Amino acid sequence: MPKDGGIGASSKRREDVRFLTGVGNYTDDINIHGQAHVFFLRSDMAHGTINSVDTSAASGMPGVVQIFTGADFEAVGSIPCGWQVTDKHGEVMQEPRHPVLAHGKVRHVGEPIAAVVAETLEQARDAAEAIKLDISELPAVVDMKDALKEGATKVHDDLNNNLCYDWGFVEENKAATDKAFEDAAHVTTLELVNNRLVANPMEPRVAVGDYARGTDEHTLYTTSQNPHVIRLLMGAFVLGIPEHKLRVVAPDVGGGFGTKIFHYQEEAFCTFAAKACNRPVKWTSSRSEAFVSDAHGRDHVTKIELALDADNNFTALRTETHANMGAYLSTFAPSVPTWLHGTLMAGNYKTPLIYVNVKAVFTNTVPVDAYRGAGRPEATFQLERVVDKAARELGVDPVALRRQNFITEFPYATPVAVEYDTGDYHATMDKLESMIDRDGFAARRAESEKNGKLRGLGVNCYIEACGIAPSNLVGQLGARAGLYESATVRVNATGGLVVMTGSHSHGQGHETSFAQVVADMIGIDENMVEIVHGDTSKVPMGMGTYGSRSLAVGGSAMVRATEKIINKAKKIASHLLEASEGDIELKDGAFSVAGTDKSVAWGDVTLAAYVPHNYPLEDIEPGLEETAFYDPSNFTYPSGAYACEVEVDPDTGKVTIERFAAADDFGNIVNPMIVTGQVHGGLAQGIGQALLENCSYDENGQLLSASYMDYAMPRADDLPMFDVDHSCQTPCTHNPLGVKGCGEAGAIGSPPSVVNAVVDALQSAGKDVTHIDMPLSPDRVWAAMQ
Amino acid sequence: MYNFEFEKPETVADAVAALGAEDAQALGGGQTLIPTLKQRLASPSTLVSLKNIAEMQGVCKGDDGSICIGGATNHATVAAEAGDYPALAETAAHIGDPAVRNRGTIGGSLANNDPSACYPAAALASGATIVTNSREIAADDYFQGMFTTALEEGEIVTEVRFPVPEKANYQKFVQPASRFALVGVFVAKYSDGVRVAITGASNDGVFRWAEAEAALSANFAPEALDGLSLSGDDMISDLHGTGAYRAHLCGVMTKRAVAAAA
Amino acid sequence: MTQVNMTVNGKAASGDVEGRTLLSSFLRDQLKLTGTHVGCDTSQCGACVVHVDGVAVKSCTMLAAEADGAEVATIEGQANPDGSLNVIQQAFQDHHGLQCGFCTPGMVMSTAALLKDNPKPTETEVRAYLEGNICRCTGYHNIVKAIMAASGQDAGAIAAE
Repeated sequence: MPKDGGIGASSKRREDVRFLTGVGNYTDDINIHGQAHVFFLRSDMAHGTINSVDTSAASGMPGVVQIFTGADFEAVGSIPCGWQVTDKHGEVMQEPRHPVLAHGKVRHVGEPIAAVVAETLEQARDAAEAIKLDISELPAVVDMKDALKEGATKVHDDLNNNLCYDWGFVEENKAATDKAFEDAAHVTTLELVNNRLVANPMEPRVAVGDYARGTDEHTLYTTSQNPHVIRLLMGAFVLGIPEHKLRVVAPDVGGGFGTKIFHYQEEAFCTFAAKACNRPVKWTSSRSEAFVSDAHGRDHVTKIELALDADNNFTALRTETHANMGAYLSTFAPSVPTWLHGTLMAGNYKTPLIYVNVKAVFTNTVPVDAYRGAGRPEATFQLERVVDKAARELGVDPVALRRQNFITEFPYATPVAVEYDTGDYHATMDKLESMIDRDGFAARRAESEKNGKLRGLGVNCYIEACGIAPSNLVGQLGARAGLYESATVRVNATGGLVVMTGSHSHGQGHETSFAQVVADMIGIDENMVEIVHGDTSKVPMGMGTYGSRSLAVGGSAMVRATEKIINKAKKIASHLLEASEGDIELKDGAFSVAGTDKSVAWGDVTLAAYVPHNYPLEDIEPGLEETAFYDPSNFTYPSGAYACEVEVDPDTGKVTIERFAAADDFGNIVNPMIVTGQVHGGLAQGIGQALLENCSYDENGQLLSASYMDYAMPRADDLPMFDVDHSCQTPCTHNPLGVKGCGEAGAIGSPPSVVNAVVDALQSAGKDVTHIDMPLSPDRVWAAMQ
Repeated sequence: MYNFEFEKPETVADAVAALGAEDAQALGGGQTLIPTLKQRLASPSTLVSLKNIAEMQGVCKGDDGSICIGGATNHATVAAEAGDYPALAETAAHIGDPAVRNRGTIGGSLANNDPSACYPAAALASGATIVTNSREIAADDYFQGMFTTALEEGEIVTEVRFPVPEKANYQKFVQPASRFALVGVFVAKYSDGVRVAITGASNDGVFRWAEAEAALSANFAPEALDGLSLSGDDMISDLHGTGAYRAHLCGVMTKRAVAAAA
Repeated sequence: MTQVNMTVNGKAASGDVEGRTLLSSFLRDQLKLTGTHVGCDTSQCGACVVHVDGVAVKSCTMLAAEADGAEVATIEGQANPDGSLNVIQQAFQDHHGLQCGFCTPGMVMSTAALLKDNPKPTETEVRAYLEGNICRCTGYHNIVKAIMAASGQDAGAIAAE
């Protein structure tokens, strides 16, 4: 039975009302009295030496407040990278300086060279056109393999070459893995591309810097998934502003998908310029700017090999990946192809030996960093494609081959350093098979063929690792941040609660689902709980929202803080009820003495905490407010099985998704409606990657897909209704809610099933096609068929 | 955008006079022009809106049975009111998206002559007459290559007259991002022959496929096209498809248009 | 600068604008109606959809001067007179048809225009109509359900969860 409140209920989202009536408060809706606007003059060249930037004519243009160039930021810190990877030789990665405004060289189309602050945006833009740039163009480094050739042009003159790092994982496994390949009965090899994507949250990035001269306090309003991280990185490493003088606010944020995790130059600029100009400074990205300034995602080129024995057991897996870093290291870029990718290569399978090699490469392109899934989609795609290819080569059922190799006993320590705490991969596959009517596929294929279409069915599994932790481990792996989460629960005198969470909601519905958890624990109405997030002046130091971590990590902190509240409230109740604390029970918002009819309401206890007339002052302090920091002991491991059924028009190559089914295991579920919605959105992005989206550069480093005219966003008529199930639940064993995280699963799990389905369709027509690189656009599918 | 003056004359004569000013430019529905201005790729001194000119609005039937569409008529109106030429109404109903169709105009589309736009194919395949403030131009003379037309500076499309064919159909294979035509083929069968116009494919903009027209004039059936093909050498080759792919699609879409029309 | 006068959500509104001032800018910056969003600059995303004289338009691709004298309706004017959500808004909440909320004003305004012309659309018609409204969060599934429900049709019938 559906519940009507608390954990497990599909509570309607409270945040919807403001969004549906047009009174949300997004960063671009914030206008501060006296604010000026900044326009960034960006490089239209991928690579060049800056000889001069002449602002003399521009500075006298109407409305101009001040013009800044790279020289103004020489004394300012580099935009920092938050993760240092150590390579297979024990050397730390090469880490270039990343200036706020380009200095000396430009290294990608879109890199800001100068910034004009003016009364209006159009005036700023007018003046920017009057800046005289003298830049000598250099050859652009675009292709990753070319970038690593001896004598290749260097993106950064002060680095040894274009190789950021050459990572081997697990290096100790390498020799044994190679030996297993020599001994294999069958080896399946696949070379593939994980296409570069642009995250494209519908809200472009915005930053508004404000400065209070009287108190020397800076405020930055920004479209961020993690305002504390921005405060720390920008304050400590770029601008040298102490955290107590810097407030970062991320109000309503219109989607993030990873690209709003990172600290960007524009944030540092607006904060810096607000003080320099002594007035608020606002930047609103246009979508065109977003394409050349938001960190991109994916962009891996991989060779994967799978070794099997004579009984079709997987014996070893070996991969070589080139991962594009772009021109600079974005905040978490180095971690994505390594610790978020290599550790996932076991997938759902008990492959005993795995060796992953990743070469991270600098190129004259926009920096690449985490995008929904971040490393895990890349891992899943190559693994699930090579398994599918192996099944076809061996002539065995792809589902049967997967099942044969499933991990079935938990906890399970993989050969790639992680330990899965729980899961049931047969259960999600069973569920999936019950959803997709596999028996009826032949008839559906026949029907398609009658209409001149090809039909294919693709299946895959996935495993992901969410809530990356614990902090001491990730510190050893190179993280320059902790990965705990915080929550403060403040109970008001009249019984209402305010929960200040370090997680940040930008579409995930935390204001609703987090309130459900706290209300459920106390037994009160959800509407008595308010969730506050996104403001460093209100919320304890938190790490924000990404990597499907919010409920598993942030929710756990909130549970811990609420437990502290309940424990203290029980002490107060025991005093009021003149009973032993051990006999006090909390149920449905009232404290009672076990075995009696004596009780006191939640509101009476909270009032006593703040009006402590009848109160155990000698034992406990007045007030009812608690904070908890939660640092998980392990990742969580959601998993699932997905199936896609496509039709291919052999005359045009156009692929149509006919059916899509997803069976996920997210552990326990707080709000099934929201979880289902998260899966839908992830599926759309995964299908978008598989069929539509392609961020492409030409050989000169010019971005070819620089607007929605050329970057194909999934639209309503590109997608089917989805069949989504999350009834398979193996609760996480190490967090208090037993939750695993659901935000990225759809994007991780869906691309391989789409490609597997298209290959299945083409082979059904006798085409010798074993792989097509994403996106499977009509022209590519048609070309593959010729 | 660079700034400009804005004028909204109510007669063609006033519009023409306003367009006589240096660097003045006509504004139809603005669905292409305004995004272009946002990129600062044009810097008109004055934008002369044609939307308030009553005589350039609406769909009517000419004495010779042709469909006459005012140059400032938006796509939604054509879709709703050009029912006497169903293939034309259907074409209009699939240009852009609903909000774009409520603003974009046929005159604006034809004046711009985007190589991937739909209306040029409809006009050329229909042998339409493009009526301007000063003359009538046959479609065959009007389209002169990508973004190029026979229009003189300051000349505006006041009306487009479409002879109604016996049978017609437009098949658009959409470019997945822009939703313009990657290849669009308009086939129209008149008593004196078949016309086939293709948009989206050629580096020279919309064009007629003479061999297909001859074959279809002899036998208006998809199989009449068997063995015919276009070369991809001079076709647009980009992120969304090579010239060869576009050439292939021209054949596929032409067959489908004939099948749907027949 | 020229003065424009229009009716916005039933109330007279006027202001001085440049020729280049977009309707979206006029609504957001001068009238402080920030519910209308701008998500792209190529007239594709549809976050800025409002109604001008009863039809849906992209307010970022229309000059404020072009709307002089027009009746304009924005998301801020859509709720019932008592402030409660109207049928479309309520359906979006009931069916979880929004996540980050940024595309939502355009989705609601486009839905209102669709249902005015086509009160009982099919799923295919709904998806086709949304060609000019991009959502990055929902995968459209629940938007389609919400629109079907808002039209009084059985949202559950079009697909399983």
